[in-house]
Amino acid sequence: MELSLATRTVAEHTVLEVGGEVDVYTAPRLRERLVELVDGGARKVVVDLGRVDFLDSTGLGVLVGALKRLRAAGGGLDLVCDKEPLLKIFRITALDQVFPIHPSVDAAIAATSDGPEA
Amino acid sequence: MSTVRLSFSPAPVHVRTARLVGVAVARRAGVAEELLDEVRLAIGEACARAVALHRQYGLKDLVLMEMSDEGPYVVRVIDRAPIEAGLGLAALPPDELADESLTDEALTVGVGFALLAGFVEDLQVRPVAEGIGTEVRMVWPLPR
Repeated sequence: MELSLATRTVAEHTVLEVGGEVDVYTAPRLRERLVELVDGGARKVVVDLGRVDFLDSTGLGVLVGALKRLRAAGGGLDLVCDKEPLLKIFRITALDQVFPIHPSVDAAIAATSDGPEA
Repeated sequence: MSTVRLSFSPAPVHVRTARLVGVAVARRAGVAEELLDEVRLAIGEACARAVALHRQYGLKDLVLMEMSDEGPYVVRVIDRAPIEAGLGLAALPPDELADESLTDEALTVGVGFALLAGFVEDLQVRPVAEGIGTEVRMVWPLPR
């Protein structure tokens, strides 16, 4: 399945829904979109990987690149993922210790919102 | 008992084709269904690595992938890049993964090797027998 990207705004968060295959061929498009979002002022970015059915090291590299860019700008990047095969990829690469990973978009937003519960 | 070979121009778009072929042949050979995701990922990483190396060195040579089920399921991905590749690359520790000084390319290479090593129990990265290049050899068991 081809890469699909859809952006929506939830309060102060920018949620990027990613679907399909993120690999060496499609990852540049994900990178472009993330750069656009950061350049456009997004700071709290949630990348929803719920509909991703393939993710390789190039895709992981793009996500880490975006994380660094956002942190340098005073923001952050959280991931949404509850699929075991994808979670295993994050564990094997130790990137589960780099990204905050949440089981749902709601959980990601709750965890990164300003307020008493933050 | 069969062998399937696929050669492709070093372009990222063909890596997906290589994954599809590699998994189709694995399924046909009888690799366990629960291993196919790992086969797909590992073949993708090995082929993406080969494509990246050919592009880095401006090589137009085809990347070769050979699948064989004459014993276990063996996939060999062969590039023609003039480097001394090996599995010497240690997995990157988490505190370095998000470090500013690590380039995206270096991170992708390190993460790619971590995935290969993590998903393929029987993995070898060694110089090709003839000429210049590296062979990434991956083996998965077949039920007998």
